[in-house]
Amino acid sequence: MTKAKRKRLIYNLVTFGLVIGAFIILENMIAAKAISRSLKGQLVPICAWIIMAVSLNLVIGFSGELSLGHAGFMSIGAYTGAVVSGWLVAAFDMQDPILRLVLTILAGGILAGIFGVLIGIPVLRLRGDYLAIVTLAFGEIIRNLVNVLYIGTADGNLHFAFLNKEMPANVTMLVDGAKGAVKIKPISTFEVGFVLILITLLVVLNLVNSRAGRAIQATRDNRIAAESMGVSVTKYKMMAFVTAAVLAGMAGALYGLNSSTVVPTQFTFNQSINVLVFVVLGGLGNVLGSIISATFLTVLPEVLREFADYRMLVYAVVLILVMIFTNNPTTRAIADRLFAPVKKLFHKDRRETAGGGDVK
Amino acid sequence: MKKLIALALALVLALTVCSAFAEEAITLKIAHIGPLTGPAALYGIATSRGAQIAVDEINAAGGKYRIELIDEDDEHNVEKVINAYNAALDAGAQMIIGTTTSKPCEAAGAQGYTDRVFFLTPSASSTAVIEDKDNVFQVCFTDPNQGAASAQYIAENKLGTKVAVIYNNADVYSTGIRDTFVEKGAELGLEIVSEETFTDETTDFTVQVGKAQEAGAEIVFLPMYYTPASLILKTAADKNYKPIFFGVDGMDGILSVEGFDTSLAEGVMLLTPFVATSEDPKVANFVKLYQDKFGETPIQFAADSYDGIYILVAAAEKAGITAETTPEEACELLIAAMKEIKVDGITGSMTWDESGAVTKTPMAATIENGVYVFK
Repeated sequence: MTKAKRKRLIYNLVTFGLVIGAFIILENMIAAKAISRSLKGQLVPICAWIIMAVSLNLVIGFSGELSLGHAGFMSIGAYTGAVVSGWLVAAFDMQDPILRLVLTILAGGILAGIFGVLIGIPVLRLRGDYLAIVTLAFGEIIRNLVNVLYIGTADGNLHFAFLNKEMPANVTMLVDGAKGAVKIKPISTFEVGFVLILITLLVVLNLVNSRAGRAIQATRDNRIAAESMGVSVTKYKMMAFVTAAVLAGMAGALYGLNSSTVVPTQFTFNQSINVLVFVVLGGLGNVLGSIISATFLTVLPEVLREFADYRMLVYAVVLILVMIFTNNPTTRAIADRLFAPVKKLFHKDRRETAGGGDVK
Repeated sequence: MKKLIALALALVLALTVCSAFAEEAITLKIAHIGPLTGPAALYGIATSRGAQIAVDEINAAGGKYRIELIDEDDEHNVEKVINAYNAALDAGAQMIIGTTTSKPCEAAGAQGYTDRVFFLTPSASSTAVIEDKDNVFQVCFTDPNQGAASAQYIAENKLGTKVAVIYNNADVYSTGIRDTFVEKGAELGLEIVSEETFTDETTDFTVQVGKAQEAGAEIVFLPMYYTPASLILKTAADKNYKPIFFGVDGMDGILSVEGFDTSLAEGVMLLTPFVATSEDPKVANFVKLYQDKFGETPIQFAADSYDGIYILVAAAEKAGITAETTPEEACELLIAAMKEIKVDGITGSMTWDESGAVTKTPMAATIENGVYVFK
């Protein structure tokens, strides 16, 4: 086993270990009723945000494209989830919540993937700032489209309407324009969310460590060099972009089915930026970092509730401090020294780690 | 800092005094949930403050109940509202006054329906808030009910019979009110002589107002927010057309539209349960307390919330809630009690049925000399 391979293996093991460990601890806490309602209520959203952050990291960290429309894919997933779930009940009387959840998550992922391809074809020909602006526009377009979208079921059939709400008399509305998706029966569970995180990790970590993944990173590091080596830049960027879209769609379905209602205003440009903050704080190209920062930043505002009026101010200050500390050479050196004994356990020769920057 | 210490000391003193005098009092834990930050903070802060005034009064009066108010912020966000709701229950809340805004209330109310937690919303007015949920009750009218209430007010007070309606057909609020207005109006013998629509982008109302004028409408019903309404008033003034303009709660705010000549709004009527300049002693007392404590004039939301606390206390008394009652038990007891109580608040005399919607006499204010007055 080469040094690089061993390092990767350890990194992946730590990532999986941490997620599985956290899951086991939380499940035991739930079983022992040692968990606050507040934390328990946040578990599913945390899972969704982790998947969002990891998938966006694939686009930003590994393929090096700044996408600002990730919340758009999430909303596609959330709406698809609400519609498919309502339709499965109306048309097939499917009562098993887990089966329904799995099917809707798949549907959410597929539809978001299709949109990913459609958006990706024109967008990935653009570079840098242009790509950022176009993806931003995409997110806003999606949001405005669902604002005037009406979907309902009647006699087991789906009815669609756009702009004008023309529905049969006995219709049950699933998506009601600006009111968003209504009357969803919440079926998301933490267990399914956890499995979805594992799938996301498997997909992303395997992809970035594969031949395709190295090609993706090569296009990020130097587009011209990669092209001259025969790497098809558009193809590999597309691969990263669509994979991320599918995962975001799945996260969206999980997130949407956790609540009784979903509104377009939840998936604004701000939400995309929020996910971007998770990714940047966790470190570009650092999957484990994305997981930790998504969790930390989702829980933090709730922990700060006791500051009442100053909550969001404290949140912003904490965010700035974390950014400074994680990027300051002095503090990093201190952290490295603190973790040195741990690292020594894995590495016989400490110098091996000292020089090796990870995928960052 | 000195102020803070003084405040803390005063609080301790007040608490000791309270506990000394009212040892028998039962402590109720009520959580207020609303947007204290974010785009809808204006409303959440108003309901929070309105509730606080009522709680202060009740605690000072030293009756059967003492109230501990827990305040949670939902940021007007359907994800955060669930966190706020859970945090409130973690803090020991037995019942909830909230949530302030419609969409979050729909989400939290549904969660409360599953968990069996009682909600009384001061101001979430969409029908989805109470639909299919037996645990959510409203202090305010539902949006569409404002249409029926307006028709009722117009008919009962004989303001006229020929009515023109101008509404925004791209907006659920506007169309919802229009539908029930037309339905109830037909029942009560109002004649709809002209009906015109517009959308969010419309800035020229010449056609709509012209049609109403040609049809000879005595009353023009405007179920919309104040911005388009201000344009309609301007257009009508240009045409020298002077019917009675009748609006709903979305009209509240018309006097603060920038660049709008408020003299055009003279004589405009709007359906509102609360007017801060009212001479009713109960209202005047509330407005004075609110101004003294917070240095501003309360809006309708604050009044709804103030009434909400009194409604909860009345229902709790009827249901025999004690400090030990769990939220689940309280929910069932309060649901039963709500149908039996009648509360005379500052926004009217209210009763409830099992749907959760409130029944109260509609009140309309007229704008005179730049202020709202009840006639």
